[in-house]
Amino acid sequence: MARYIGKRIIYMVITLALIATFTFFLMKILPGSPIASADKLSPEQRAVVEARYGLDDPLPVQYFNYMFGLVQGDLGISINQFKGADVTDVILSRMGPSAQIGFQGMLLGTVLGILLGMIAALRQNTWVDYSSTIVAIIGISIPSFVFASMLQYFLGLKLGWFPVALWKDGFMSSVLPSIALAMFPLATAARFIRTEMIEVLSSDYITLAKAKGASGSEIAFKHAFRNALIPLITVLGPMAVGILTGSLVVEQIFAIPGIGEQFVKSIMVSDFSIIMGTTIFFSVFLILVILIVDIMYGIIDPRIRLSGGKS
Amino acid sequence: MEKILQVKDLELSFNTFGGEVKAIRGVNFDLYKGETLAIVGESGSGKSVTTKSIMRLLPESSAEFKNGEILFGGRDLTKLSDKEMQKIRGKDISMIFQDPMTSLNPTMPIGRQITEPLLKHQKISKSEARKVAIDLLRLVGMPKPELRMKQYPHQFSGGQRQRIVIAISLACNPQVLIADEPTTALDVTIQAQILELMKDLQKKIDTSIIFITHDLGVVANVADRVAVMYGGKIVEIGTVDEIFYNPQHPYTWGLLSSMPSLDTEDAKLYAIPGTPPDLLDPPKGDAFALRSEYAMKIDMEMDPPFFKISDTHMAATWLLHPDAPQVEPPLSVIERMKKFPGSRYYEGSAN
Repeated sequence: MARYIGKRIIYMVITLALIATFTFFLMKILPGSPIASADKLSPEQRAVVEARYGLDDPLPVQYFNYMFGLVQGDLGISINQFKGADVTDVILSRMGPSAQIGFQGMLLGTVLGILLGMIAALRQNTWVDYSSTIVAIIGISIPSFVFASMLQYFLGLKLGWFPVALWKDGFMSSVLPSIALAMFPLATAARFIRTEMIEVLSSDYITLAKAKGASGSEIAFKHAFRNALIPLITVLGPMAVGILTGSLVVEQIFAIPGIGEQFVKSIMVSDFSIIMGTTIFFSVFLILVILIVDIMYGIIDPRIRLSGGKS
Repeated sequence: MEKILQVKDLELSFNTFGGEVKAIRGVNFDLYKGETLAIVGESGSGKSVTTKSIMRLLPESSAEFKNGEILFGGRDLTKLSDKEMQKIRGKDISMIFQDPMTSLNPTMPIGRQITEPLLKHQKISKSEARKVAIDLLRLVGMPKPELRMKQYPHQFSGGQRQRIVIAISLACNPQVLIADEPTTALDVTIQAQILELMKDLQKKIDTSIIFITHDLGVVANVADRVAVMYGGKIVEIGTVDEIFYNPQHPYTWGLLSSMPSLDTEDAKLYAIPGTPPDLLDPPKGDAFALRSEYAMKIDMEMDPPFFKISDTHMAATWLLHPDAPQVEPPLSVIERMKKFPGSRYYEGSAN
């Protein structure tokens, strides 16, 4: 197991290096300059500013400087969005709200989604099943920003249960954005669990469990549930991506000072080092999720043994 | 002999989009204590459905009892509630399935799968159940049972898995064990081992077995009595010797003729012509008539009743009616009948 994880970490580092390289050169191809109101500066002034951030070096030199800093854990300094601030500090200070709504959204979404999918499968072809399918279709087809606005309007403005936006009331502020983010994982989990439960429930070992005298609930929870979970783990990765991309929009709408909101702004103002830093941060997060997913496979499904583990 | 289970006039249908499929059309049989009753027939003859209906394992949404009763311990199983049925399943009646590769839960250690019926039906602690499970594994011939309790199904071979399924089915010493083609998915050497094991265990715990198969070789090996099913009905029932050496129904003749034997002179295998009847719209009269070269006019019009050949032997064919003409069964069947005292081709004892 330790050997397996070690191997995976080496692959992770290679993946990250590739992502950093691609992002770096893509950034350089993009038009626009991180130096605000660059047009109004005289060529001399411009040269001074560029020299300060090392933007006048030849491209390969800039690339190697950046990668060298990256290896040492230095993501550089913000050029214009948070003038002069260390990128690592910027990301860390904004991680809290993002992590909170992301985690809450994911948890709420998967738990409710699993419940919904289970109920739908156990009450197959009844109104319960059909309504769960409708919820799943809505959750997948309506983008999170539409939900976000609807939640703001109804629960925030009309009913006044939760603050409409901003990050001032602690947990209460996190409720609406978490719900908006939860819709995608909820719909995905519900769909997957329903399909898989129906298949598992018709398998031979469920008939054998019935033949042993197991009751309906024992069959559903002791025998079917764990087997139905296996394919859901596969989509945990894409679900985490959904939460991430969702957060870019949702944080913007709810004016939450999180990473997503800051990422969007940094792109608008071409703050080169912030964009790079955030991309790398997101990549690390996703690669870690994928690693966790692979390890969870082995825990839930005994047939999948990670190489290097006990046979 | 004591009757453990009685199936009377059982009729069962599946409601499908295409209409009502009459899968069982009036099945009668008794199961005696300690015996092995084999039910044979081709695919779709209703043998699995009959046994699954005894266990009430058919989907309640589509399967419907139309008539008849299944008497067990003074109760009619067709009328019990789900709760009452759960108390009988796995305790008084248990079942072994066809494919051991899929009949164990892949994410549950086999120890827990064996102790499950014990904890469910008997008032014993977890550690006691564990001991019983280890004994059961030893009983079915699993080496190092203590070590294997924690393992998962994928760590066992097909034959071992079927042994585990047998251990599960015997956990509560059931009165009736239903084996639904338990050896079909296994290779021949393992088949023989599993059959030996089942025969051994039957003697030890004195259970009655209903053994479903389409393999007549297996039947000869394990059964005391044989019921031949065709088109949702039993067409002939009798002791093993009666069915193998004095068969009366043309379908049984066909089955026996299509069984390859070492002294079959020409290498050509016999096959019964035609296909099984469509139970969405079962034929009038004898369901086998359209495939039978012995069919008479009445076979197309009226369903034959059972004619008694001996106290233990009955067959549903008009050929046994006193007014029916004498027909010659296929040669291979005549060869068999020559060995059976009481058949009209009997040639005396071979001494």
